[in-house]
Amino acid sequence: MKFINYIEKIAGVDIYGIISLVMFVLFFLSLIVWVFKTNKKTFNEISRIPLDN
Amino acid sequence: MQSEKFYYDNKIVRAFGYATVIFAIVGMLAGLFAAVQIYLPQVSMNFAATTFGRVRPLHTNAVIFAFVGNATFAGVYYSLQRLCKTRMFSDRLSWIHFWGWQAIIAAAAITLLLGKTTGKEYAELEWPIDIAITLVWVIFGINMFGTIIKRREKHLYVAIWFYIATWVTVALLHIVNSVEIPVSFMKSYSWYAGVQDALVQWWYGHNAVAFFLTTPVLGLMYYFLPKAANRPVYSYRLSIIHFWALIFLYIWAGPHHLLYTALPDWAQSLGVVFSVMLIAPSWGGMLNGLFTLRGAWDKVRDEPVLKFMVVAITCYGMATFEGPLLSLKSVNSIAHFTDWIIAHVHIGGLGWNGFMAFAILYYMVPKMWGTNLYSKKLATNHFWMGTIGIIIYAVPMYWAGFEQSLMWKSFTPEGQLKFQFLETVNSIKPFYILRSIGGAIYLSGAFVMVYNLYKTIKQGVFIANEAAEAPPLLKEVSHKKEYWHRILERKPMTMLVLSLIVVVIGGLIEMIPTFLVKSNIPTIASVKPYTPLELQGRDIYIREGCYNCHSQMIRPFRDEVARYGEYSKAGEFVYDHPFQWGSKRTGPDLAREGGKYPDSWHYNHMYDPRSMSPGSIMPQYTWLLDDELDTASTPAKIRAMQTLGVPYPAGYDKIANTDLRHQADSIAANLKKDKIITPSNAEIIALIAYMQRIGRDIRPEPGKKLAENKN
Repeated sequence: MKFINYIEKIAGVDIYGIISLVMFVLFFLSLIVWVFKTNKKTFNEISRIPLDN
Repeated sequence: MQSEKFYYDNKIVRAFGYATVIFAIVGMLAGLFAAVQIYLPQVSMNFAATTFGRVRPLHTNAVIFAFVGNATFAGVYYSLQRLCKTRMFSDRLSWIHFWGWQAIIAAAAITLLLGKTTGKEYAELEWPIDIAITLVWVIFGINMFGTIIKRREKHLYVAIWFYIATWVTVALLHIVNSVEIPVSFMKSYSWYAGVQDALVQWWYGHNAVAFFLTTPVLGLMYYFLPKAANRPVYSYRLSIIHFWALIFLYIWAGPHHLLYTALPDWAQSLGVVFSVMLIAPSWGGMLNGLFTLRGAWDKVRDEPVLKFMVVAITCYGMATFEGPLLSLKSVNSIAHFTDWIIAHVHIGGLGWNGFMAFAILYYMVPKMWGTNLYSKKLATNHFWMGTIGIIIYAVPMYWAGFEQSLMWKSFTPEGQLKFQFLETVNSIKPFYILRSIGGAIYLSGAFVMVYNLYKTIKQGVFIANEAAEAPPLLKEVSHKKEYWHRILERKPMTMLVLSLIVVVIGGLIEMIPTFLVKSNIPTIASVKPYTPLELQGRDIYIREGCYNCHSQMIRPFRDEVARYGEYSKAGEFVYDHPFQWGSKRTGPDLAREGGKYPDSWHYNHMYDPRSMSPGSIMPQYTWLLDDELDTASTPAKIRAMQTLGVPYPAGYDKIANTDLRHQADSIAANLKKDKIITPSNAEIIALIAYMQRIGRDIRPEPGKKLAENKN
């Protein structure tokens, strides 16, 4: 059965799709922005945590 | 700043480490035993407890939850303390976790061999053990988060993220998939039925691979690889993207286990799309691991720990390349139900999980005993035995899978199926033998490791409490900074909640549509609940683990319809708690078994499969002929089914056994016509009743096809 059936049959089910897509996009956009804005020095520091004991 | 002195708890790591080694051997032995049974069914010695259908779940559970589980815990307890610069939150919780987990393993081993199983792969354990798993998991969680909260290191290293995601997702998966209604102590029925049960089960099954066998081991990789190579991970930035992308995508991919089944089309497509996308984060992780060794490859030459890790990470890359490939519908139509999948999971199991576990053992043991590894040469020998073992295991299985699938699909020019099922089995027997040789070599390598670790331990002195020093994590003074600091303090919880949200989305989207509307699974008027005798027979089918070798799912392919009959419809399974679609066809599909053969055929076939099908590799089920059916459980089973919505008439539980006896008597009378004298209360009667029922609901006349080929 095609997905469109469910979209039509279940009242308000489309909101799941929309919410999840919005969350997905926002989450990964902010993740990418954060990852590239964060100072490389900080990452270098963090990545040395396993090594300093 | 004043440094604080504290001690790392090595004792708990040692305990989990020992358990890892013991269950590595046990789990692999069970696997080898099962592998040999496939071409020599006699080695089960005709005991119920030692047949393939019960040993195979023991093997999978032992390897996943006992071997890799204990290895993960050992690695987590070792690395978490050091990454947080603190001792574990509570020694007592550590030990409750340890002994609780080992008790669960012991209970699992006993109950699985006794045939106490829910019939859902990798979630076979019955409800009391499910509850125990939940409790022990919560204790592990409290201990882990307690440790993270009292840490002396401001930042949470990426390995810890993987541990957190593992904890939260495994909890979610385990609880959702284990919703079941107890019938008695050690017997329950899955809350879900048919298509829904299949969807939940493979959402669980796939993510058990993702979050029990992948994310925690990636966490270990991110800690132990930099340690062993003595250099930081190649790109920390990449590890962050790797983490979030991986946990977000993984959770959606489950339906790729159900391609071409009666699962709704859109769910299958969803599974495929996300499975294909998964290659990106998986390979990101693999490359991050391998690139960490850039400029340090010379170390790989003489450091066994790194050797194991390089092959482990490479196997991870191979398995995660193959996974998306297998989830393409055209590839899946060939590979599904064959030994190709067995090869695929063993690249992951033996290569990725096994080698990673060996690597961390070789790393941690000398460190904790304050000595060097007894023999690098022996470790290198182990490495080669393991690597060669994997190759001799996997290559024949790939070949066998491909060959058998092509044989299944072959037609003569006249349009008849070219091969009997049994012919396809016999043609791949040599590969089964080779596979067990590969497994035996891998296992021998593990024995070499046991000896090497034993000698290492002998020459060192165990450091139960390893002294360390670090400044405490101070609250910063300025207001702005305090604000940020508070966020940091909450970070593990933020992480927990975020990972939960990320993984819940996928699960919800997949499941809600099938649960909300009943009409999503088109009901078929002729599909009726099982009779009490059939229900009892079905429980015997589950108990003996028939689903380990027989599917009940005819895909809409020309060859399958020609071989087995009308392809399976979603509406046929609405009373199947649990579903029994299976995932492997070591034997033929049984979805249209009902009415194919006379009762006496089944009787003789269960007594000695080779008397009916010469060359068959099925075990004998002689005890079914002698053991008496437990009819005392019938009323409770009927009531449980009624609770689950199966439309038995009210009060039917009280008269169910009368119906059961009538049906049993008629089967016994039927057998008598074929000169088989058997009491009508033997278990075999119930099993025959079930076998004769499977797939007949939508087939008006036995032996006649309902529809044309759909291919």
